[in-house]
Amino acid sequence: MAEIEAVTDVLNGSRIIAAVKQAGIRFIVALPDRTTSEHVLKPMLADPDFQVIQVCKEDEGLSICAGLHAAGHRSLMMMQYTGLLDSVNTLRGVAMEGKNPICMLVGLLGKEPGVAPSKSARYGLRIVEPVLDAMSVPHLLVEAGADVAKMGPAIDKAYADSSSVVLLVGASPK
Amino acid sequence: MMKRDDFLKTLAKHRKDEVVVAVYSAAQEFIQIAPHPLNYTFTGAMGQGSSHALGIALGRPDKRVIVLDGDGSLLMNLGSLVTIANAAPGNLIHCLCRNGSYETNGSVPIPNRDKLSFTAMAAAAGYRRVQTISTLEEWDKELPGLMREQGPVFVDIEMQKGGSYKEDFERLYNPGFRDAFRHALAGSR
Repeated sequence: MAEIEAVTDVLNGSRIIAAVKQAGIRFIVALPDRTTSEHVLKPMLADPDFQVIQVCKEDEGLSICAGLHAAGHRSLMMMQYTGLLDSVNTLRGVAMEGKNPICMLVGLLGKEPGVAPSKSARYGLRIVEPVLDAMSVPHLLVEAGADVAKMGPAIDKAYADSSSVVLLVGASPK
Repeated sequence: MMKRDDFLKTLAKHRKDEVVVAVYSAAQEFIQIAPHPLNYTFTGAMGQGSSHALGIALGRPDKRVIVLDGDGSLLMNLGSLVTIANAAPGNLIHCLCRNGSYETNGSVPIPNRDKLSFTAMAAAAGYRRVQTISTLEEWDKELPGLMREQGPVFVDIEMQKGGSYKEDFERLYNPGFRDAFRHALAGSR
């Protein structure tokens, strides 16, 4: 049985949005994810500081981010982990081999609170980090309020290195 | 039927400082027929050309962006028609280089090629203008107007392979050339 740690430092949607703005991102490319829809994506859709591009499938979103980068803009791709898994070939070709700085905010729908993704009872969640590791895609877990402070530096590093980063959202922001 | 290299040469004749995003055979040939710092071929995965083009078009609304898509490629990313129509970039021209086959992967026919209507799908998705081009003369005549049209514009052009050109996928997806494109685009105001 997975070991469960208490999460007391609650994740806050408005702090995530502030961190995204602080990172210089104005273009959001998104396919709704139940983890982040209510308190991250919906406020972004109503926020004039953001231009939200809604996509039909996640892989096209990665490529839109690459095009925006070519045009001189930072962007953030928002999706559920299932969409990330569906986009593995584009992640390979566009993000990794193409050395495009693609930043992804990925909701881990159904992850148990305080349980590491690799220890989840759900197969789909357990394989996310190993798949990213196999592809050498940097990732970090954003599950508690304190984790939000790591987002900006991770995004800056992605753009500095022409690398990519997956920010795994482990809890529904409030 | 129109030859692809004639189609590309005509595009090059009318092009000024537009960005051209191209995939597969059209990309291989266009970079040899018309080398240009604003040629973008770094699409990385099949089907993704229209999405790269959308990102560039939204990021640089002051520049015209022409994407040379393939029919097999578009089938792999059909949702991009809806995404593009919804984002509604006025500066995007989506050209479908329709040869009815997966030419790069052995010239196997695309599914249902005799019944498919890409123009119907683009129109239903919500493109502002949809047009079919049948001859080289028509392409030569219509292109200047299409490049001034408020987008997104979808142009279906039936064509077949013309001359033989060297394939160079390393060049097509080279991040160094992509960085050069970025710098060229940044300097092109």
